[in-house]
Amino acid sequence: MPVVVVEVMPKPELLDPAGKATLGALRRLGHTTFSGVRIGKRFELSVDGPVDDTVLAEVRAVAEDLLANTVIEDVVAVYLGGAEAELDEFTGVTAGETH
Amino acid sequence: MPRIGVVTFPGSLDDRDALRAVRIAGAEPIPLWHAEHDLRSVDAVVLPGGFSYGDYLRCGAIAAQSPIMRDVIDAANAGMPVLGICNGFQILVEAHLLPGGLIRNERGAFVCRDQRLRVENADTAWTNDFTVGEEIVVPLKNGEGGYIASEDTLAELEGEGRVVFRYVGVNPNGSMHDIAGITNARGNVVGLMPHPEHAVEPGFGPDTPDAMRSGIDGLRLFRSALATVLSRV
Repeated sequence: MPVVVVEVMPKPELLDPAGKATLGALRRLGHTTFSGVRIGKRFELSVDGPVDDTVLAEVRAVAEDLLANTVIEDVVAVYLGGAEAELDEFTGVTAGETH
Repeated sequence: MPRIGVVTFPGSLDDRDALRAVRIAGAEPIPLWHAEHDLRSVDAVVLPGGFSYGDYLRCGAIAAQSPIMRDVIDAANAGMPVLGICNGFQILVEAHLLPGGLIRNERGAFVCRDQRLRVENADTAWTNDFTVGEEIVVPLKNGEGGYIASEDTLAELEGEGRVVFRYVGVNPNGSMHDIAGITNARGNVVGLMPHPEHAVEPGFGPDTPDAMRSGIDGLRLFRSALATVLSRV
C-alpha cells in the first residue's frame, strides 16, 4: 500500500522550546557538536491504490489545511514513501517531489 | 433568562466550572456537546479549558473540526458572543475565528499561577463590565499559551485595539506583546489563556489583599456577556 509522507516543522523564526530542551540534554551528555535542535512532525498517509498527481494535490491541500497550522508551522516536504524513496534518501538523492 | 452554552469536548476539563460561572453571573447555563449540530437556542457560547481530543495533532486542532464548531463558527460570524478560555482560545485560533497561534511556553514548563492582567479593551461582548486600564487577577494554567502572530497581524491587533487582556508583571509563557487575550474585529469573539471561570465565587478564587481566595474578577466577563445579550433583546 503506497504511503505519502508529509513533513511539518515549526516556523524557523519561532522559538521551539521542545528543541531547545533537547539541545540542553545533548549538551549535558557532552555533545558540543550540535548548535541547535528543532523538532517537527512526520505524517504517513496510506493510500488505497496508485498515488497520482490528484492524490498528491489532495495531500498537499490537507497538509496545509489540517496537518499543519501554517500560522505557526511550515509544510516542508510532501513525497511518496516506501523502499525506493528510502534508497534515494540513503544515496543522498531527494526522494519524490518536495514541497 | 439569557441562555449561555458551554461546549463539552472529549477532554474538556473546565466545562463544569464554566457552567457554574454562567449560573453565578445570572444566566441559564446550557451544556452543549461536541458531536451534535445543536446550539440549543443559546444566546452566547463558551469554549472551555482542558485538553480536547487529548490535544492530538495540535492543541485545539481536532476540536476545531468537530461537528458543533461548524455551528459555533456560523453563529460567531452572525455576531453571537463567543468566549474561548485556554484550550477554548486554542480552538478559536485553529478555527480561524481569531488570528495568530499559541505555542509551547517559552521556558518549556506548564505554568499555574494567579495572574495579573490589564484590561485593554472594554468594548467587547465579554469585557463591557470593565474599564480600560483596570487590572484584574485570575488563575492561569497552561503549557502551550505563548501567543504568536506575524508582524502584520500584531500591528493590526494593536492598531485596532483588539488586544483585550495583557499580562502585567510576569509574562508567564513568552507571549508576543504580553498578549493574554484578543478579540475579532466585531468584538463578539474573545479568546484568552487565563481562566476567568475560576475566579467567580468568594472562597474559591485567587487571594486578594482583603481575604484569602476572595477574588471574583473573572465573574465580570460572564456578566459582560449577559449585559451584551440583554441589550440586544
